[in-house]
Amino acid sequence: MLEAWLTLIWIVIKILLIILPLMGAVAYLTLAERKIIGRMQARMGPNRAGLFGVLQPLADGLKLLCKEIILPSSANRFLFIVSPILVLAPALAVWAVIPFSEGLVLANINAGVLYLLAMTSLGVYGILIAGWSSNSKYAFYGSMRAAAQVISYEISMGFALAGVLLASGSMNLSQIVLRQAGGVWHWFVIPLFPLFFVYWVSAIAETNRAPFDVAEGESEIVAGFHVEYSGMGFAIFFLAEYANMIFVSTLAVLLFFGGWLSPFEGIPILGKWFAWMPGIIWLLAKISLFLFLYLWLRATFPRYRYDQIMRLGWKILIPLSLLWVIVVALFVYYHVGIWFA
Amino acid sequence: MTTVIVPRLTKESGSMTQLKHYTLNFGPQHPAAHGVLRLILEMDGEIIRGIDTHIGLLHRSTEKLAESKLYNQSISYMDRLDYVSMMCNEHAYVMAIEQLAKIDVPIRARYIRVMFDEITRILNHLLWLGAHAIDIGAMSVFLYCFREREDLFDCYEAVSGARMHATYYRPGGVYRDLPDSMPQYRPSPYRSKKYLASLNEARSGSLLDFIEDFTRRFPACVDQYEGLLTDNRIWKQRTVDIGVVSPDKAIAWGFTGPMLRGSGVAWDLRRKQPYEVYNQLDFKIPLGKNGDCYDRYLVRIAEMRESNRIIQQCIRWLRENPGSVLANSHKVVPPKRAVMKEDMEALIHHFKLFSEGYCLPKGEAYVAIEQPKGEFGIYLISDGSNKPYRLKIRSAGFPHLAALNQLCCGHMLADVVAILSSLDIVFGEVDR
Repeated sequence: MLEAWLTLIWIVIKILLIILPLMGAVAYLTLAERKIIGRMQARMGPNRAGLFGVLQPLADGLKLLCKEIILPSSANRFLFIVSPILVLAPALAVWAVIPFSEGLVLANINAGVLYLLAMTSLGVYGILIAGWSSNSKYAFYGSMRAAAQVISYEISMGFALAGVLLASGSMNLSQIVLRQAGGVWHWFVIPLFPLFFVYWVSAIAETNRAPFDVAEGESEIVAGFHVEYSGMGFAIFFLAEYANMIFVSTLAVLLFFGGWLSPFEGIPILGKWFAWMPGIIWLLAKISLFLFLYLWLRATFPRYRYDQIMRLGWKILIPLSLLWVIVVALFVYYHVGIWFA
Repeated sequence: MTTVIVPRLTKESGSMTQLKHYTLNFGPQHPAAHGVLRLILEMDGEIIRGIDTHIGLLHRSTEKLAESKLYNQSISYMDRLDYVSMMCNEHAYVMAIEQLAKIDVPIRARYIRVMFDEITRILNHLLWLGAHAIDIGAMSVFLYCFREREDLFDCYEAVSGARMHATYYRPGGVYRDLPDSMPQYRPSPYRSKKYLASLNEARSGSLLDFIEDFTRRFPACVDQYEGLLTDNRIWKQRTVDIGVVSPDKAIAWGFTGPMLRGSGVAWDLRRKQPYEVYNQLDFKIPLGKNGDCYDRYLVRIAEMRESNRIIQQCIRWLRENPGSVLANSHKVVPPKRAVMKEDMEALIHHFKLFSEGYCLPKGEAYVAIEQPKGEFGIYLISDGSNKPYRLKIRSAGFPHLAALNQLCCGHMLADVVAILSSLDIVFGEVDR
């Protein structure tokens, strides 16, 4: 009995060890976003709350916490309150199977990639329900767009993941990373580059970020699905969005960029110098790179139109990923190169 | 409790149930409404089937107010019409007064006016570009544009003391000559010494030095905006073939300015009916081909470069030709303060001007200038008193907005935003 309790407590502690740093990362990702985009746009970004604005996320969080939660009179109360939770829950649940380093994973399940696919598809229900239950035309448009977009891009993303599964022969994320061991040239991004491209574009579209942010298309449908939300409800949508950004970046690193493996592995001198670095630092560094890419894209590109996004998804990304999955299958069958030996 | 949004179902005369279009209320508080525009969109999914434009939310009755004010007191109202191209509005108004009063404006004042008209054109097009880009989702361009606008506002401030609503032009010239010094940035804990020095470097000389420095920097800035947009695939997808206006339609709908030139009609009042010193300056009139949002964008970008060239020519002339900037007519132009202390005549003129104002001879005048948005006209009727009998303003934006329904039908919701911002609408001027 006691042992069962201890196991449970240990699991809860492990969950907290993941969730709390994640929340911190989300908070500081918002600051990083404002700072980096600020610099790109020839302005300073927040710099008044604390030294260089380091306390800004806390101030924002506190403000949102204290704000009134407005329930639109014509909204469906229950669904309106539940939907932010429905968005946040899958965004957090996906972290259960993410390996941070060798053996450093909450649930080392064999169908890890499948679990991720299932969880990421669940997120769209929250968005749909949020837009529908607010009973506002703008929110309705936002959720319609979000649903169509997420569903279309789910397909190409699924094919991209299928390519990785074929290449690695495993659905376990740790196994997938370990298959890429042996140096930069072993990473899957090289043989699977088209799939990586498809994955990354789909990932940006799945997280509803610029230039695919039509679901909240600020200048068209104001804020889209969360236009009626205020205070903490709004904050939770934001938390989920940023947690998802970090998640898809992490997944990109795990699947294509060798996860926690050192990029200097196998290089004569550098490899030795950096051998002491724990894997998690490499992982975090690679994730930061992808998050920076997110912000960079946001500061650079105009927004796609809704139908153009659909065209890109169905006519370019899906055929491309389908084709490359077949190519990968052939690679594997004929043991091409060092990756499929 | 639970309500579902579906297209409205209505029973028509027969037993057929007909699906009606979904209506969406766009504005007046919408981030892309460019002020206080309200649109009722008839939507078929994402596709626009009809637009009902509601205006008048910013109506301030400028025309009626002018009837109860002395002529000079309305100049500052002109700034507030199209509050993005302030001095151009003033220009048309003071030119109308000059035409009625038959005042001759000194040549230096004409050059200063042209220079500030072109500065205003750049100001307007920069704001337009930034707003257009941010409506289409490219947010960085907006901030780059505002960086350059800051410098131009400094020019406004240097001559008039106000950064936006300048009231710098007067019947008979401009309020005063260009200043010999520029105000400088002061130290701040958030600016390094080096950065401060770089900011103040161009400000060490006169206003003309500062503007000249700006005109040297500006083409590279335009290249920067173009680098982000002109060849960007997404930008092109969003603007090419969106909101196409044929040349005939553009003329029939009363389009002017870049909206007309974007369709390939070479009509520019600076060329066709030259006013001030435009006939002595060398500049090109950029034209579009297809009349879509992208061509209008290219036209405005090219206009910024041309305006920059005009400013450079004005600077060259102004450096070499000092002189008076106000007409020597004491019936309209107030006397110098120093003279007033000594001269009885001047004191009387001053008193009369600032109490009764001046009377214009009976008659009417229509003066139109090429404002950044198009033809801005002032139709002034005088009954011989010290106030206008009637002032009618022809705003450039009004006919453009009137065509919104025709421009948008069949396009998608996101295109409405792109088309609307490519019209370059300012509600101060549309609603007046």
